[in-house]
Amino acid sequence: MVFERILIANRGEIALRVIRACKELGIQTVAVYSDADKDSLHVTLADSAIHIGPALSSKSYLNQEAILDAIRQSGADAVHPGYGFLSENAGFAKACQDLGVTFIGPSAESISRAGDKSSARKALMTLGIPVIPGSDDVIISVDMACEVAKDVGFPVILKASGGGGGRGMRIANNEAELVQAFDMASGEARAAFGNPDIYLEKYIENPRHIEIQVIGDTHGNIIYLGERECSIQMRYQKLIEEAPSSFVDDELRQELGQTAVKIARAIDYHNAGTMEFLVDREKNFYFMEVNARVQVEHPVTEAITGIDIVQEQIFIAAGARLDIQQEDVRLNGWSIECRINASDPDDNFMPSPGVIESVIFPGGPGVRLDTHIHDQYMVTPYYDSLVGKLIVWAKDRPAAIERMNRALEEFDIKGIATTIPFFREVLNHPDFRTGEIDTHFIDRFFS
Amino acid sequence: MSDQIYEVKSPLMGTFYRASAPGAPALVEIGQKIEASDIVCVIESMKIFTELRAEKGGVIKEILADNEEMVMKNQVLIRVEAG
Repeated sequence: MVFERILIANRGEIALRVIRACKELGIQTVAVYSDADKDSLHVTLADSAIHIGPALSSKSYLNQEAILDAIRQSGADAVHPGYGFLSENAGFAKACQDLGVTFIGPSAESISRAGDKSSARKALMTLGIPVIPGSDDVIISVDMACEVAKDVGFPVILKASGGGGGRGMRIANNEAELVQAFDMASGEARAAFGNPDIYLEKYIENPRHIEIQVIGDTHGNIIYLGERECSIQMRYQKLIEEAPSSFVDDELRQELGQTAVKIARAIDYHNAGTMEFLVDREKNFYFMEVNARVQVEHPVTEAITGIDIVQEQIFIAAGARLDIQQEDVRLNGWSIECRINASDPDDNFMPSPGVIESVIFPGGPGVRLDTHIHDQYMVTPYYDSLVGKLIVWAKDRPAAIERMNRALEEFDIKGIATTIPFFREVLNHPDFRTGEIDTHFIDRFFS
Repeated sequence: MSDQIYEVKSPLMGTFYRASAPGAPALVEIGQKIEASDIVCVIESMKIFTELRAEKGGVIKEILADNEEMVMKNQVLIRVEAG
């Protein structure tokens, strides 16, 4: 077999996901865990488990030395990093390689190339890959802002380079607005991030977030597994994902897919990865970034392609050639995922850690639930708020929505607030039902 | 307890931080004078950081949690003498 023993450098539902993939392949599994996770399901279900430190991520799941020690101690011949934590850390990938252990993911070099956003942007532009037009450097004056805006065309958005979370961001529809917005954006950026630097890019109105799953082996074969529609987001966090997208026709799918493969080749990418795009209403698309790892929402792609992405990751890391070609990839039916988070929809989605008194899981045809929670499970405040992913598959989108509705109705978590009631409202919103969605859907939903 | 003393409580369960970034100096020390709306500590819960601000100016009298300690919702973290 490919590997004898895989250490999973992660926790929660994704650690379980990898353990399940390994078990089906007859590979032994080693879990790692912090103080907070000693009774967690990923620890119980793995063949063995190694303690790596205190609850705080910085001292456990993000602590490279502790994890490298665990790898040495475990005798594992490969490491699966999951998502988050060290999954996109080129130094960690390199350190695994130096230990003689296979990192199940792209090479350290590819991770670096994918992570360096500004040089990736420049490199891809020379290949003719569309990126969001904008300033290459910091905007230092109003005159410079106006000049770049004329180049890229209004509307434009000013963004803080230190930033994120919407602070320091201003939209301008014409030159007069831009002049006014410039000082305010700069001031906000300074106040929020202690750094007044701002840059400017074309503002894509009501875009969709559409991403392409690619898998590539170490022999140069790269294919795409269709798209995922991830426009339902809040504060840049995805909440609902679908595959396929009701907005993407065969022509756009092929164009996006071929572009994603081109990007993967440009950064010499292998293993599973995702190329994220913004797509405007006229179906123009712009590359945003590479996610150099398995993604939270990978199950919707698995559901419509029948391909086990995590097992593919393992085969690829072991040096196997892809046993499927592009023309073998067929999209069948419709899949939707809801991210069940421990956050309170009635309190501005504030985190809601605490003990789950009891839980009843949904089931029945076409329902998949990836979760690590159970009765009396303590959802600690130390890690992210994802407590489970509810995924449904059905023959088409309306049937998938109905199926998700009834699965959400069955799912009963007592003891903590979750996003379940919120999803039931979103799924019954007329715009969601007709597929009239974009990245501002949630803002409109609340206004 | 004097009327002049008020308490800064944690709005949610999370990790208590005395500084705004790892390695940075503590935001407040006992005996330090603060102004209204100064940030006095940070709570991290599920990767979301919430800065807690002083409701009134005054002097820090007590800091009741250790850095990086897990604190509960409504737990008293800091006592401030207003004025």
